[in-house]
Amino acid sequence: MTTVSMTVNGKTVSADVEDRTLLVSFLRETLGLTGTHVGCDTSQCGACVVHIDGRAVKSCTTLAVQAAGTAVTTIEGLSSGGELHPVQAAFRDNHGLQCGFCTPGMIMTSVDIINRHGAHLDEATVRHELEGNICRCTGYHNIVKSVLDAAGRMTTSAAAE
Amino acid sequence: MYSTSYHKAASVAEAESLLAGASDGKYLAGGQTLIPTMKQRLAAPTDLVDLTKIPGLAGVEVSGNTVKIGAATRHYDVASSASVKSAIPALAALASGIGDPAVRYQGTIGGSLANNDPSADYPAAVLALGATIHTNKRAISADDYFQGMFTTALEDSEIITAVSFPVPAKAAYVKFPNPASRYALAGVFVAKLADGSVRVAVTGVGESGVFRASAIEAALAANWSADSAGSIAISPEGVLSDIHGSADYRANLVSVLAKRAVAAAG
Repeated sequence: MTTVSMTVNGKTVSADVEDRTLLVSFLRETLGLTGTHVGCDTSQCGACVVHIDGRAVKSCTTLAVQAAGTAVTTIEGLSSGGELHPVQAAFRDNHGLQCGFCTPGMIMTSVDIINRHGAHLDEATVRHELEGNICRCTGYHNIVKSVLDAAGRMTTSAAAE
Repeated sequence: MYSTSYHKAASVAEAESLLAGASDGKYLAGGQTLIPTMKQRLAAPTDLVDLTKIPGLAGVEVSGNTVKIGAATRHYDVASSASVKSAIPALAALASGIGDPAVRYQGTIGGSLANNDPSADYPAAVLALGATIHTNKRAISADDYFQGMFTTALEDSEIITAVSFPVPAKAAYVKFPNPASRYALAGVFVAKLADGSVRVAVTGVGESGVFRASAIEAALAANWSADSAGSIAISPEGVLSDIHGSADYRANLVSVLAKRAVAAAG
């Protein structure tokens, strides 16, 4: 057992966990943050994507101890003050989800894509960058539309500030 | 995953002594292969020694005609490095096509080379560019380093610290990725080095891992052109064969990709 401390969604958390505990289990089972999903459990589907120090990674392929001392953001930490994050809002407005299982990972990956590409984002880039996230419902079209819409909203609001 | 004990090494020397103190320990880098393998219980190290937090083990340094990349440098950081993009664009492009974005944030060049997966991308760049692998004990040339599938010249406790790539005159890497895993079903790295010599390395294809395609090298040395590269037929003997592609299919892909790589290199 190791005492693991990190910042999750802005709050400092600390718990004794087995060294083999995956970050996704730590988030879901120890902290009760069940918004992060386990899909394939083989690092292919991306349902478990969270941000570690601002980088979108697969929490099913990371040990909790590896993330000690970092700042983790999960889907629960994205919105603020009861307002959806622009990417969440764009997924809702564009029908970017059906069953919703992949959505937390899709949104966390999308936020990272938009952070890196900003206003330069185009459809081909979105499709390429989403290759680590699998959706079995939508056929991706509305997901891509959502990401492009969100990128527009985020860069417009950044420009206005 | 079976039980394991995690250790964070603060220096290369400490990492080595932590491994020596473990009954069946393994070094952990980005973990994008090792952790999935442990989850499937195909590996069950008693101890993991994390190398990625060692100060100075990550980073890119360009001096003269050499690009030196620290072993713990993530694929994303190689792909997005302005100095790699300008010195060896083919290397940055290769790094930008490994796995998917989340994997690239975690995976490291040292981890990829130590693992030497027969379908990994980095071994092709290292072998084609004639890079040097620096460890805590010595410097190993690419030609001596790769010794078969998942097998390298590294001793059990040896740690890769950096990889030095000579800046080539021309180079390009083209792969045919497995659409699910993004591993190379076949990948060809062609390079014309600064001294005019030609090296071509092939990944994803050989039963013994990455190899140099000497017939294509000879053809390109005589005539550097896409048609010259594509005119060489590769024998399917010793070529990997699985549900994703037969030996004949992969062997043919080598010619096709070599042609495309030369066209891309210009």
